[in-house]
Amino acid sequence: MRNRELLYLAPVGILTAVGFASVYIAQRAVVNWDSLGYAVFFFALYVAAHVIARITVPNADPTLLPMAGLLTAIGVTEIYRLGPSDAFKQGLWIVIGVALFAVALLGLRRDYRVLEQYKYLFGITAIVLLFLPRLPGIGSEVNGARLWVHVGPLQLQPGELAKISLVLFLAGYLREKREVLAQGRLKDLGPLLVIWGGCMLVLLETNDLGSGILYFGVFLAMLYIATARLSYVIGGVVLFLAGGFAAYEKIPHIQERVTIWLHPWTTHTVYCAQTGTMTLRQDCDSYQLVHSLYSIANGGFGGTGLGKGTFVLPGKPPIQLIPEVNTDFIYSALAQEIGLIGAAALLLVFMLFVARGMKIALQADDGFSKLLAAGLTFVFGLQAFIIVGGVLRIIPLTGITLPFISYGGSSVVANFLLLAGLLLVSHRANSA
Amino acid sequence: MNKQISRVSLFSLLLLALLVVATTYWQAWEAPSLAARQDNSLERVAQLEIKRGLIYASNGKTVLASNVARKSDGETLYDRTYPTGGFASQTVGYSTTGRSQAGIERSENAYLTASNANLGTIWDKLSDKLKGVTVTGNNVTLNLDVKAQRVAESALKGVCGAAVMLNPKTGAVYVMASSPTYNPNDVESNKGYASILKAPSSCPGSSSALLNRATQGLYPPGSTFKTVTAATALDDGVYTPTSPFYDPGYCTEYGQQIHNALDESTPEAYGNVDLLQAYQHSINAVFCNVGKKLGAARIIAEAKKFGFYSTPPIDLPSGEVSESGEFDSTTGRFFTDAAKMDPGRLAFGQDKLLTTPLQMALVASAVANGGTIMVPHLVKEVRSPGGSLVTKTKPQVWKHAMKPQTAADLNQMMQAVVTGGTGTAAQIPGIEVAGKTGTAETGPTDVYDAWFIFFAPANDPQVAGAVVVEHSVGGFGGAVAAPIAKALMQAILPAASNH
Repeated sequence: MRNRELLYLAPVGILTAVGFASVYIAQRAVVNWDSLGYAVFFFALYVAAHVIARITVPNADPTLLPMAGLLTAIGVTEIYRLGPSDAFKQGLWIVIGVALFAVALLGLRRDYRVLEQYKYLFGITAIVLLFLPRLPGIGSEVNGARLWVHVGPLQLQPGELAKISLVLFLAGYLREKREVLAQGRLKDLGPLLVIWGGCMLVLLETNDLGSGILYFGVFLAMLYIATARLSYVIGGVVLFLAGGFAAYEKIPHIQERVTIWLHPWTTHTVYCAQTGTMTLRQDCDSYQLVHSLYSIANGGFGGTGLGKGTFVLPGKPPIQLIPEVNTDFIYSALAQEIGLIGAAALLLVFMLFVARGMKIALQADDGFSKLLAAGLTFVFGLQAFIIVGGVLRIIPLTGITLPFISYGGSSVVANFLLLAGLLLVSHRANSA
Repeated sequence: MNKQISRVSLFSLLLLALLVVATTYWQAWEAPSLAARQDNSLERVAQLEIKRGLIYASNGKTVLASNVARKSDGETLYDRTYPTGGFASQTVGYSTTGRSQAGIERSENAYLTASNANLGTIWDKLSDKLKGVTVTGNNVTLNLDVKAQRVAESALKGVCGAAVMLNPKTGAVYVMASSPTYNPNDVESNKGYASILKAPSSCPGSSSALLNRATQGLYPPGSTFKTVTAATALDDGVYTPTSPFYDPGYCTEYGQQIHNALDESTPEAYGNVDLLQAYQHSINAVFCNVGKKLGAARIIAEAKKFGFYSTPPIDLPSGEVSESGEFDSTTGRFFTDAAKMDPGRLAFGQDKLLTTPLQMALVASAVANGGTIMVPHLVKEVRSPGGSLVTKTKPQVWKHAMKPQTAADLNQMMQAVVTGGTGTAAQIPGIEVAGKTGTAETGPTDVYDAWFIFFAPANDPQVAGAVVVEHSVGGFGGAVAAPIAKALMQAILPAASNH
């Protein structure tokens, strides 16, 4: 298994080298040895991760680590192309992510199922993490959504770690209560309504539709896996829609998001709160979404090539065409530069990751492991869908990171922990 | 549990597959329409790397638009500059990074950026791109006549209005001026753009200098429309130029008297006149009765033959050219339902009629060209950077407005206007000028839109056109607009410059 993993890592290293080289060629007109240095550094990092995996989880799925490596490599290449200083920081976060990945594997290599005992602790942790951005002093609001926490010079998105805690809690809780819940007695529905209420509160408190959909979606998926009752899912979706509609009525930020989603282009001028004047919506509120679509469309079939895309309007000072291009909108940047072929290949990697993750859930032999693997995989896939779907105007756009690709430390760390969890479950399932 | 896991797995994979579908939709299906959108800054950045073609006036020497190169991140970018800053601004338009494009810069963008779908240019462009050579656009030469255009712009300076002059036989547009004007070099900066957008207080219409009043300005045509009414009557054989009328000084419609306009020092009532004289002196009472006899439906049908209710196919962006016709201000739409029109007022160009100066210039050109309207065009030719001809605009017929005999009769009638009617101010020694005045009521008393439509020389017309001066206080078409028309004709007709 581990030899195959090492084999799969080789093309990842080569791709990283080629990616950095092409950005260099496009932007500096010369190949720089630094670009190869980056590639060598990342390759070494993944070989280190591989060695840890070889020691701790020798029987785990050999494809997940190379896929995660590929995604981070693509991400860091694009982040580098959009702004080299951010790429350096992202590189540091990847190192931290890999370190925590190693710690998790080493610490839990005997039996990760001890975590089940702490399920309520994880539940509380998830709630605390989710409400951290609300605390005065450390929380901050970005683009109308409260998702950030400032600790000294660090900016963290606790919601990213909360999703792991939530999955751990749900896996433990549902494993214990699944028989009871499956009977569908009314009095057992209490805790579920509490979770629904919690998600709605998160939605209201953070003004963020994306996180609401993510947490509630994971909850419903795991509930369905545990109880096999489709009626819970339907009821949950109805409840969520009702709550979402109420939130839409009450919260201007969410209303604005929905309006932008439905009508990004106007032919008549509408009031623009940012400038206080009447402008077309595409020049104001939906500027970001519309320019992200222009960016995607500009890529066409084959893309402009790495480093050759257009993201800046030359001028004094230069204007960033898509604000937050390296976090929420990294997909539109990639789609422009690697085109339909590249974007489809990228999405295929996400699909393969999900397929392998779900396969681990199928192979696992105890309820907690199954729920854990399926939950972690689903949260990964759903998060990718929420942000890319938002960028592509399938659903209203909400600020959330694209796993392993977007710029952002919390996201990178959380996803490496997610990867560690999947490998642990996989190793156990294959060792039996 | 495995059954549920498989289902959830399938569901997640379907969600992700949906992303592939949506990406394909935007990148393959919708890409061309997104690229064509005006607010697409990406496309404009891409265009910055292209050295756009030059735009010349008809003499092939005066450069109306060129480029300044600058270096940015090792790449050479080209900013547009307008050396004549303010010459035919609304017609030439602008091409900027921060804002959209307008005018010829927009309508001829494909030629100017060499992205026109010509196999040769596509190949050249591709090989240029591979070799890293800057893509250079094709040069566009317009029909605009430098001298006549300058005359029009200086005559309109300080007032709001427009002037159009074209060749009635080919449709080549020599003059297209709109006042107030702006300097296209100011469009890029926010401050400059804001000052352009601010509507000048002198124009009560409250539209900015960006509006091309020649093709988008909508004015009641007043008595110039009597040309269309007369054409209806003559074409249908209802009247001849010598048909007798009695003018009591007013016309009775719906039981109310509509009095003649107090045009300059003319009598209140003319008594016995024929159709030619009624046209010559612009007698509303007579045309009111002609309109009642013909009915609104017939006049509108004739107007359509002149191009009303169609957007003239001039080579400007479609959003910058308006149609003309009866306009319902409550719905904001043009309408053709004759039952909602007042035929008497329609006949002398009031009612709810709104026309563009271009449309009225085409009415004059129809008379000048024996009833045939040519497609008006600004672009004379397009040449590659190397100088070889890419395309040359050929004269094309747009409409057959009326019978040749009707045009010949109207030619005489329009000459009579200038020799001894309301348009004597347009007389040019040695040249037979034909014209028609218009003094359109705009609402407030004594504030008129002053019109003059014209062509010359009457026996072999070389130019035809229209001049309108908005909201001229107490100013009649014959006194305000006719002298401007005269100056335009003198600027371009060789025989006239001697005088």
